[in-house]
Amino acid sequence: MNDKPRSATRVSILSILLCVGWCNGVSAQDEAPMPVRFGFGHAATAEEIAAWDIDVMPDGTGLPPGSGSVAEGEALYVAQCAVCHGRTGVEGPNDRLVVHAPDEAFPDAADAATWRQRTIGNYWPYATTLFDYIRRSMPQNLPGSLDDDEVYALTAYLLHLNHLLPAEARLDAESLPRVEMPARDRFVPDDRLGHREVHR
Amino acid sequence: MTDEKKKAPDSGHVTRRSALIGMAGAAGTVLARNSAGQEVQVSGTSRPHVPDDPTKVLGTWSSELGERSAFEKLKRVPSATRSSSETPLQDLHGTITPSDLHFERHHAGVPVIDPERHKLVVHGMVRRPLTFSVADLKRFPAVSRICFVECSGNLYHDAPEQTTAQLIAGMTSQSEWTGVMLSTLAREVGVNDDASWFLAEGADAAVMTRSIPRELWDEAMIVYAQNGEAVRPENGYPVRLLNPGCEGNSCVKWLRRIEFADRPFMTREETSKYTEPIRGGVARQFSLVMDARSIITYPSYPDAVERGWIEIQGIAWSGRGRISAVEVSTDDGRSWQRARLQEPVLPKAHVRFRHLWNWNGRETVIMSRAIDETGYVQPSREEWIAARGPGSGPYHRNPVTGWRVRGGGDVVYRVEEWA
Ligand code: HEC
Repeated sequence: MNDKPRSATRVSILSILLCVGWCNGVSAQDEAPMPVRFGFGHAATAEEIAAWDIDVMPDGTGLPPGSGSVAEGEALYVAQCAVCHGRTGVEGPNDRLVVHAPDEAFPDAADAATWRQRTIGNYWPYATTLFDYIRRSMPQNLPGSLDDDEVYALTAYLLHLNHLLPAEARLDAESLPRVEMPARDRFVPDDRLGHREVHR
Repeated sequence: MTDEKKKAPDSGHVTRRSALIGMAGAAGTVLARNSAGQEVQVSGTSRPHVPDDPTKVLGTWSSELGERSAFEKLKRVPSATRSSSETPLQDLHGTITPSDLHFERHHAGVPVIDPERHKLVVHGMVRRPLTFSVADLKRFPAVSRICFVECSGNLYHDAPEQTTAQLIAGMTSQSEWTGVMLSTLAREVGVNDDASWFLAEGADAAVMTRSIPRELWDEAMIVYAQNGEAVRPENGYPVRLLNPGCEGNSCVKWLRRIEFADRPFMTREETSKYTEPIRGGVARQFSLVMDARSIITYPSYPDAVERGWIEIQGIAWSGRGRISAVEVSTDDGRSWQRARLQEPVLPKAHVRFRHLWNWNGRETVIMSRAIDETGYVQPSREEWIAARGPGSGPYHRNPVTGWRVRGGGDVVYRVEEWA
C-alpha cells in the first residue's frame, strides 16, 4: 500500500524542516520550496511612511516639533472637548479625564468599582501616551483635526488639571517625556500562562 | 463608552416570541419584497404567510443573493452606545458564527474603505520597508484557520435573571479566516533579529494601535477573508490582523501599518484600557491570551423546558490551545459529568459540547466548565474573585456561569453577586 517513493518522503521532510516557523499550516509536500522573497509590493517611500508614522514612545521617540501651553490648552479644551468630557474633565458624559483629588489612589482590585477609578492622573503610566492618543483619536467628532501645537497644548492642560504640571507650563518634545506619571511603575507583564490555576 | 457591559434597559427582556415579531409591523397583511424582488405576503400577526400545502404552490426561482428564512430572526444586540454588538449564541447550532452575526467592537465606528486604495505599510526595524496593496497580499501563499475572536471584556458581570447567553458572553465569535501569515511578510521585509514587538495600526477614525510581542508572531495572520468571502466591514474590511486565541482588540482591524521595534509603544489601548488591576496594587498589562471559558447556550433564558430528556448544549474555547474536556453540572455545582465534544476540536477555537440530562422537574442550576490542554480549569466566580480581586477587570473575566431551571420549566440566568 505504501508505495510512495523514498525521495518524495525525503523532500517532504526537508521542506517541513525548511518551513518550520514560516509557513504554519501550509503543507509543502511536492511543492517548490518557499522563496526567500516573492518580490510582491513596492518599496515604501519616505513620504508614505511619514504620512502615517505618528506613534510616540515613552522616551519621546516620534514626538514632532512644536509646543503648546496650559493656557492655550484650556481655550481649546473648553471649545472642543468639554462637551463630551465636562468643563473640569470629570463631568462626562464620556471618559473622565481628571483625578478627583491630587492624591487619588491607584485603583485597588480589592474594591469592586475600579472601572470608574481609572484616569490620567492615577492610572496612566506615560505622559507621551496622552499626546499620541489625542492626536490620533480626538476630538471624537472631528478626529485628526488638531495640529501638533494644539495637541501639545491640550496635553499640557490635561496634565495640569491632573496636578502634574504648573499653570504656566509649556510642553514640547523635550519636556513631555520628562513628566513623571504617578502610575509609572504600577504595571506588570502578563504572568498567567504556564499556570493551571486561575492566576492572581 | 466602556468595555464594561452596560446594557440598554430593554435589551435583557427579549423573548424568542417577541424577537419573531418586528418584521411585520402593523396589523393586517402587508406586502414586502424578498431578495429576488418578488412580492411576498407578510401577515400582521408576525408570521410570514404560507400556503396550507407547499406541494400545491409553485415556489420562487433562484436569486442572486440568498437570505434567511423569514421565520428566522437572528439578531445581534448593539450596546446603548453602539460601539459594540453581540452574537446570538443561544440561536446558533454549530461553531462557525454566520459573518453577519459576528460580534462588533469598534472605537470610532466602522470606516468605509476602498480596497483598491487601501495600503499596508510595513516598516521600522526591517531591511526593506514595503507597501502592499490588498491585491499584493492576496498573491502570497494563503493560509486558512478556524479560530475564535473574543473581546477581552466579554462578561456581563452584574446581569439580572432575564439575560440571554448573547448578553452574558456574546462577544466571542468564530470564523474561518484566510490570509497571509505574518511570518511570510516578515521575511519579505527582512525583520531585524533584535526586533521584539510590532505596532499594528488601523485605518479607522480611532487610528487604533496595539503593540504585539514576538511570542505571538508565529501564529499571527493578516487576513482578508472570513468564512470564504471578504472580511465584513465591521470585522476589518479589507484586511485585519488576527492573533489566534488573543483578545479581539489586539487583532487590529482595517490594518494599514505595521512597525517593528525593540519595545512596546505603550498606546492608550494597552495602558489606560485593556489592562486590569490585580491584587497587590498593580495592574496586569499585555495580558493578551484569553483564558478557557464555556457557556451553556441551551437551555438558557428565555427558554422553557419540560421534564424528561433534555440535551444540554453549549460552546467552550481557550486561547491557550485545545479544549480537552467540558464538564457539566446539573445540581448547582455539587457534581460534574463529562460532556461529549463535537469533532473537530481545534486549537484556540470554539468547540460544541452536548450532554444528555433527564430532568426530574425540580428546580436546579445547570452550568459548565471548560478544561484546556494545559490543564487549566475554568474557575468559579468565587475562585476568580479570590485570585484577582472583585475590582479586577472588566477584562479577562471568565468564570463559570449558570442557568436556573425553575420548577415550572422557566430558565433564567443564575444571578451572582460579583463582589
Ligand atoms: C464627541 C465626543 C467627544 C469629544 C468632543 C471629545 N472626546 Fe475624548 N473621548 C470621547 C470618547 C467616547 C472616548 C472614549 C473612546 C474609547 O474608549 O474608544 C474619549 C476618550 C478620550 C481620552 C482617553 C480617556 C482614557 O482614560 O482612556 C482622552 C485623553 C480624550 N478623550 C481627550 C479628548 C480631548 C483632548 C478632546 C478635545 C480635543 C476630546 N477628547 C474631545 C468622546 C469625545
